[in-house]
Amino acid sequence: MDWYFIIFSAVKIAVVIGMVLTMVAYSVLAERKISAWIQDRVGPNRCAPPFLKYIPGGQFLTRLGIFQPMADGLKAFLKEDFMPAGVRKVYFWLAPAVAMVPALLAVAVIPFGSSLGGQKMVIADLNVGILYTFGIVSLGVYGIVLAGYAANSKYPFLGGIRSSAQMISYEISMGMSVIPVLLIAGNLNLSQIVAWQGTHGWLVLYAPLSFVIFLVAAFAETNRTPFDLPEAETELVGGYHTEYSSMKFALFFLGEYSNMIGSSSMMVTLFFGGWSLPFWGLDHPATTLVAGIAHILVFIAKMLLFMVLFIWVRWMFPRFRYDQLMDLGWRRFLPLALANILVTAIWLWFTSSK
Amino acid sequence: MIVDRKPLNFWEKLYLPAIIGGLKVTLKHAYATLIQRKVVTMEYPEQKWTLPTGYRGAPYLVKDQDNNTKCVSCQLCEFVCPPKAIRITPPGDTGAKADRTNAEKMPAEFEINMLRCIFCGFCQEVCPEEAIFLQQNYSLIGLSRKEMIYDKEKLLSLGGEVGGIQKWKLKLEEAKAQENFPVKV
Repeated sequence: MDWYFIIFSAVKIAVVIGMVLTMVAYSVLAERKISAWIQDRVGPNRCAPPFLKYIPGGQFLTRLGIFQPMADGLKAFLKEDFMPAGVRKVYFWLAPAVAMVPALLAVAVIPFGSSLGGQKMVIADLNVGILYTFGIVSLGVYGIVLAGYAANSKYPFLGGIRSSAQMISYEISMGMSVIPVLLIAGNLNLSQIVAWQGTHGWLVLYAPLSFVIFLVAAFAETNRTPFDLPEAETELVGGYHTEYSSMKFALFFLGEYSNMIGSSSMMVTLFFGGWSLPFWGLDHPATTLVAGIAHILVFIAKMLLFMVLFIWVRWMFPRFRYDQLMDLGWRRFLPLALANILVTAIWLWFTSSK
Repeated sequence: MIVDRKPLNFWEKLYLPAIIGGLKVTLKHAYATLIQRKVVTMEYPEQKWTLPTGYRGAPYLVKDQDNNTKCVSCQLCEFVCPPKAIRITPPGDTGAKADRTNAEKMPAEFEINMLRCIFCGFCQEVCPEEAIFLQQNYSLIGLSRKEMIYDKEKLLSLGGEVGGIQKWKLKLEEAKAQENFPVKV
């Protein structure tokens, strides 16, 4: 076994997990801030550490709420971890972990940069990258279903049922929507899909319909508005995490945001050229350190744009009704995705048969 | 009642007009908040709203223009107080005499439990000496329950000064009005 491989992989895992968790914490802040701006409010602007005066621009950062995630995290740890009587204990403990872990695992195959110092900037360069992601992401539903089942209470139960139906329905459309991408790029390896996009142009130009379906399905998969039926606060109190408190609740929360990060990175990787940019010579794998870092920054910037879109949409649309949701999933997107596969396949057949 | 719903046309069924409309509205609001600084939030401890006259805040005891305690320990407010927030200890035979000349006595101790007070204003209404007023303070802070029981010194120092005893003037006006009524021929 190659020791360098193990060491570098461990370093990459640590850095990526750290980055993802930091981004999760700050996307919660972004959610609060953006919602505030959309609703004519100011949002969190009070949290400040006691050594604020030693931080340059501390007042401004406080107004931005930069220190809020630390307080939120601390609060989540210090709150009482209450377990209602009558819950199914094993599943009750298991559910938050099952919700959180797949969300983090899905990031493993995402190429977040081309190469840095000879190292490929992806934790696991799998040849079946997309299949792995779909497999792992579909595990996420178990966390929610288990939470709904274990809580032994009506609202979580309804949330769990809704979520299982919703996620299963939209997973099909999502999977179908990606097939044209695979047909065009001719590969399942995410790194090579990105490399293909570097030379041929972004896949969103080749398969815009796929992107639209994938985007909507991603919203449904991550339980975000307008598909947030599993946690519909106005109907189900809190949905599947009604009975959870303290860090267990926070894990569901973090899981949702990690899922958003995962979906955003998937969209960037599949449709928006991953780390590549069509100008400034950033469209081919990096050979210098500067270009490597630039690629990582490009990827993060693209991903953050999608995160903002996720958050923005939440404060824009009302929730779908359950039958509308099912109608949209099964009767609109699934046929569309199938037709999309067919059309792409025929087009590829005609263009390649010359 | 059956609500008549128009069937959506194809364009509307795509949800696109609604999506674009939503984007526009939210962007407009975000622009107004971020760039034009039109925020509806009032950041409380720094900014405070102006209270209307007659606002019923916390009840405090007041002093007259000669810095004397106005309260004469009649205990009417204690009696009328609905949540029993007021407790007055009368001076008794041995207690201190009243500060001012035309009063018989003043309370040895006057306590208002601000945790019980409901800011109804009955004490102010019932007071014959105009010694207690509901003032503008609504933000009462303490670290313990004991701290929230305000004693006489605290109430007097918070209450400030309302000079002159207006009730005799009012009584005089009332009497004069009565003398002139019914109109003498």
